[in-house]
Amino acid sequence: MKTFRMGGVHPEENKISNDAAIEVMPVGKQMVVLMNQHLGAPATPIVQKGDKVKVGQLIGEAQTFMCANVHSPVSGTVLKIDTCKDAFGLAKPAVYITVEGDEWMETIDRTPDIKRECTLEPKEIVAKLKEMGIVGLGGATFPTHIKYSVPEGKKAEYLIINAAECEPYLTSDLRVMLEHAEEVCVGVSILRKALGVPNAYIGIESNKPQAIAKMQETAKQFEGIIIEPLKVKYPQGAEKQLINAITGRKVGSGKLPIDSGCVVSNVGSCFAVYEAIQKNKPLIENILTVTGKELPSQHNYIVRIGTTYNEIIAHSIGQLPETTGKVISGGTMMGKAVVNLEAPTVKGNSSILVMGEKEARRNPESNCIRCGKCMHACPMGLEPYLFSALVKNNRIEEAKEHNILDCIECGCCFFSCPANKPLTDEIRLGKNKVRAMMAAKK
Amino acid sequence: MNLLNISGSPHVHSDESTKKIMWRVNLALVPALLVAITFFGINALLVSLISVASCVLFQWLIEKFILKQPTTIWDGSAIVTGLLLAFNVPATAQMLWIVVIGALVAIGIGKMSFGGLGKNPFNPALVGRVFLLISFPVQMTTWPKPGFTMSFDAATGATPLGAFKEGALPADVTLMDAFLGHIGGSMGEISAIAILLGAIYLLCRKIITWHIPVAFIGTAFVFSGILWLINPESYMDPVMTIFTGGIMLGACFMATDMVTSPMAKSGQLIFGFGCGLLTIVIRNWGAYPEGVSFAILIMNSVTPLLNRWCKPKRFAV
Repeated sequence: MKTFRMGGVHPEENKISNDAAIEVMPVGKQMVVLMNQHLGAPATPIVQKGDKVKVGQLIGEAQTFMCANVHSPVSGTVLKIDTCKDAFGLAKPAVYITVEGDEWMETIDRTPDIKRECTLEPKEIVAKLKEMGIVGLGGATFPTHIKYSVPEGKKAEYLIINAAECEPYLTSDLRVMLEHAEEVCVGVSILRKALGVPNAYIGIESNKPQAIAKMQETAKQFEGIIIEPLKVKYPQGAEKQLINAITGRKVGSGKLPIDSGCVVSNVGSCFAVYEAIQKNKPLIENILTVTGKELPSQHNYIVRIGTTYNEIIAHSIGQLPETTGKVISGGTMMGKAVVNLEAPTVKGNSSILVMGEKEARRNPESNCIRCGKCMHACPMGLEPYLFSALVKNNRIEEAKEHNILDCIECGCCFFSCPANKPLTDEIRLGKNKVRAMMAAKK
Repeated sequence: MNLLNISGSPHVHSDESTKKIMWRVNLALVPALLVAITFFGINALLVSLISVASCVLFQWLIEKFILKQPTTIWDGSAIVTGLLLAFNVPATAQMLWIVVIGALVAIGIGKMSFGGLGKNPFNPALVGRVFLLISFPVQMTTWPKPGFTMSFDAATGATPLGAFKEGALPADVTLMDAFLGHIGGSMGEISAIAILLGAIYLLCRKIITWHIPVAFIGTAFVFSGILWLINPESYMDPVMTIFTGGIMLGACFMATDMVTSPMAKSGQLIFGFGCGLLTIVIRNWGAYPEGVSFAILIMNSVTPLLNRWCKPKRFAV
């Protein structure tokens, strides 16, 4: 079975929401749609207070290169254009919409039929991805149309679909594969056509045998889709590690996957691509897991983007348990702790993970015993203990020389440290300081 | 609940802890301790108890009254030091008080003066051991004859290495004796099989890797083998070399000490190679019949350099 070659850990999998079928989350009374739901600059609002909008109508336009369109997830009236604090407490420009009815744009095909044929040319596919505001749903929310516009002089050889879902607890990708295998395969075929590569490889961790079986069976009906079962090892789904596992290639320091001839997309993104290209449906919904050991029930939902965390929690489990320690957006290894439950969800949100006080507690830190476990767990072959010492002593230049910027923040070092040193926190701080230093030099 | 806790990722931790590692090392030392008690009797038990108790006590006293910080005796590291110190001295009645001085030097100078566990550049037990060897040369080289006894005044004899240094290996010492532990020597080093048992446990628990022990023992074997091939009269045969003296104990438990050995695998191989080479050099051309302690301490001093030179292979070049 394929895997990446270096480092890695095996956290408890906790995929307890595996069997929960995708349910539809009802639409609330008011929606807040943030204008930057993606990597890069915020979109510019093109509606005004009092405007009527329909589901799928463009409300935020991408006016710079690294940006993505934003569409209305609901129908109703624009209440105001203001800022809104996101889940992590940062104020972002947003469009507030009062929901009235559920009127969709006429262009969107809402029939349940699956359309396989795609007659668009590669350039037209990319243009449509841009129009529909598709971004990568694996976490980084990189605008998809940029990824599929291969720059001059570079050549794509591999299309890799990330369905590893190596993060503990998350099951949204699994449910998409089980319930929408055919749509996903159509989406993959479209992306394959956009890139002009012979084969697409879908990497799935072997702890999802049902998804592997389902995808293998479905992929038989399509040309050039290969399912790659992967060893269960975190971070199998990290972009550079996945490329290494499937192709054996290594993406160099500061390089992009395309420099190694690879383009990687998340499996959830493929479903969104299908809906955008074949059904004219912009990215207005997320598939999201609501899970946690102390919750009364486990869920997977399809949620309109802009629904608040509180609304989702109220609908799924009523209220948070008394013993809640942290609420996390994403998995336990790389997810971010949510500060503000009033915040709306954004593109790319994959879960609301509720951790109990005990599970969420950090153990007290003690002296480094130089065991080297952090170094051997690091999938990038770095020295986390060294960064920790260098950053504490403000030796930023040396941290840069030791390739601190190669760190992918997967958390393996902190996870495996017997002295409980918050290595990943210190490295994040160090990376920011290195970037600030580099910016100051320019 | 009004406020949510926040922190950076990751939000989970493996169940690994310093305390677990140290207690597992202690567990791995138990077979060698049992062999020591079997062959050296009551003295072995008492020396071990006193050594461990005084290491723990000195650490507690220093943390409480000098450093004025919360005690860390429960992490089990002082017990490791105590056991290893006891393993490196002869199990005789006169060691009962000498080992207390060793414990004070090991914990006080070897470990706490640098800031405690994790900060010490040298293996604390070896610092204590070498201090005793230089300060009490007679007592530290008076070896009890193996054989279980409840008496405090056991008969004494030479170690195989000591005898060889003086002239020739005693005819009655067989390889099997060395393997099981029926030879003279420091109490923890005599039985290769007990030490290997502990080492296998540590390997399975991923507390040590094979690099240092294999490089150490392999280098000692090859180097002494070359010498033996050149002149079998004046050099000990390589198999006997690695099973007598402190090579097994040193390679499996002392050189592999996380704090004082390099982290990268390439560095560990160089470290083990250096230990093996220096041991054979000291044994054959030095003043002492045994050189494991000095070899490891010398290589400990090179560890920071090895950590600087030997980098893990980067994923992205």
